[in-house]
Amino acid sequence: MLKGEHGSGTQSAMELLVAIGEAFDAPRMIPVTRAHAASSGQEGDLYFVEILAKGGATCKIMTTTNPIVDFEYFQKFINISDEHQEASVAWKTKDCYRQIGAIMSWSCIPYLAENIPEYGEHVAFSESSATPYVNSVIGALTNRESIQTALAAGVIGATPEYGLHLKENRKGTVLVKVEANLKDGYSYSLLGQYVGKKITSGIPVFVGIPKRPTIDQYINLCAMLNVTGAIPMFHIPGITAEATTEEEAFAGNIPKDKIIVTDHELLETQEELQTATGPIDTVILGCPHYNLDQLAELAGLMKGKKLRDEVSFWVNTSATTKLLAERTGYVSVIEETGAHVVTDTCIDMFCWNNLREKTGMTDSPKCAYYRRFGPVKMGTMGECVAASMKGA
Amino acid sequence: MIQMNVKCHKLAKGFGEGEALVSKDPICFYLVEPKTSNVREKGHHLEGKSVAGKVLVFPSGKASSAVQMDGLVKLLLNKNAPSAMIVTDVEPVLVGSAVLTKIPLVDRLERNPFETISSGDFVKVDADNGLVTIAKK
Repeated sequence: MLKGEHGSGTQSAMELLVAIGEAFDAPRMIPVTRAHAASSGQEGDLYFVEILAKGGATCKIMTTTNPIVDFEYFQKFINISDEHQEASVAWKTKDCYRQIGAIMSWSCIPYLAENIPEYGEHVAFSESSATPYVNSVIGALTNRESIQTALAAGVIGATPEYGLHLKENRKGTVLVKVEANLKDGYSYSLLGQYVGKKITSGIPVFVGIPKRPTIDQYINLCAMLNVTGAIPMFHIPGITAEATTEEEAFAGNIPKDKIIVTDHELLETQEELQTATGPIDTVILGCPHYNLDQLAELAGLMKGKKLRDEVSFWVNTSATTKLLAERTGYVSVIEETGAHVVTDTCIDMFCWNNLREKTGMTDSPKCAYYRRFGPVKMGTMGECVAASMKGA
Repeated sequence: MIQMNVKCHKLAKGFGEGEALVSKDPICFYLVEPKTSNVREKGHHLEGKSVAGKVLVFPSGKASSAVQMDGLVKLLLNKNAPSAMIVTDVEPVLVGSAVLTKIPLVDRLERNPFETISSGDFVKVDADNGLVTIAKK
């Protein structure tokens, strides 16, 4: 493949994997059976996927894609030609993914529906929440991939054997004692944000989490650990896939550090990203994409209410989730308030640029971190709803 | 002028040379302005400094996997990329981004680069032969 006998696209993919393998002293390549590319629809993304597409490469294994933008939906609200530069890069990128035979999932939670690894399966999953989720919650094995290394693995069906593909590198390194009251998905976001920033790398072992987190709580914890830090995996002994006890989680490692998280740290963490406190003009939810449970909860909170006239309210989810939510009736309840349920779209995209001057509110620290709007207020899903509705 | 040869380990192939720019902080290239090549991250050790054509010495890359590559590609398209990079901690996202943008990247210098190299020194990075040559200012 390195000589180009399978085409220049496959050759580039193999060159990248070999270079990574050499850099990390990997002894050999091992097969992977699934990949997820954290496609972003920006220049860095287009650069490599275009090399693959023009060089005739195609995905050899199941390779799903991250959200970029739903052009059809957004052209109803914005003039796409105003954003010509960013829009044309996004358009070309989506087309290249189609050409190489990637699965058009455009979802950042593919591990719930479109591309679900098994326990013990070797995979290549990029995307901030996806890497820790499949390693920790499922017990599949992946490194912290970039879009390009995940795509190359998708095209070749292999990855260098290093890092988290080896059992000895999956042991805990830092003990995190949780004394905070983790009452909802939002508090798990703040926990991830705090721990990611505090330890920046390594594999945290959480003790003191009273019961099994819900799926959305896991997603939030995973996303933030891997945004404010570079944390590809964690253990919750007795709950996550690879450790039943604290001893098993550390497997002989002496913890490098021990940190304690109380309500005080979570409150401080919320204040870090918050730059507004008064009335708001816009809400963005669904970063990472909301799952079905969250859409159900949101529909329950919004039922029978109306948005204040000046507020725009956006909920991001995946196409598969929206389809089920439509059938079940959640989408109509949400839309009757005047809110939008958007698929295929990332919050770090040009389609939100018209919110630049607006005061925004979100339950997602990741959305606040990469924000496309003006000042930002943070709050739970319920607080976001309360701040937007008439008669509140 | 003092000249020094230091062995290193190749992460991304190639040869690059230029004036050294040393950063104590990890670098996210998404937070470097592509048109001016100035670091725009608030409070960063290199805030306001230009990376174009420099041999960058820094601990490691940081931030989400998508943005590191995007930052380097934008610098490359504006002909403002660094000419080579020397790091002390290796992580796959920076390695992959360097390989694809063809910027030589090395680690494991035989001598601590933060003690050996100062901003303004003239540095040659020969990743293929695992050699860094430093001419002190």
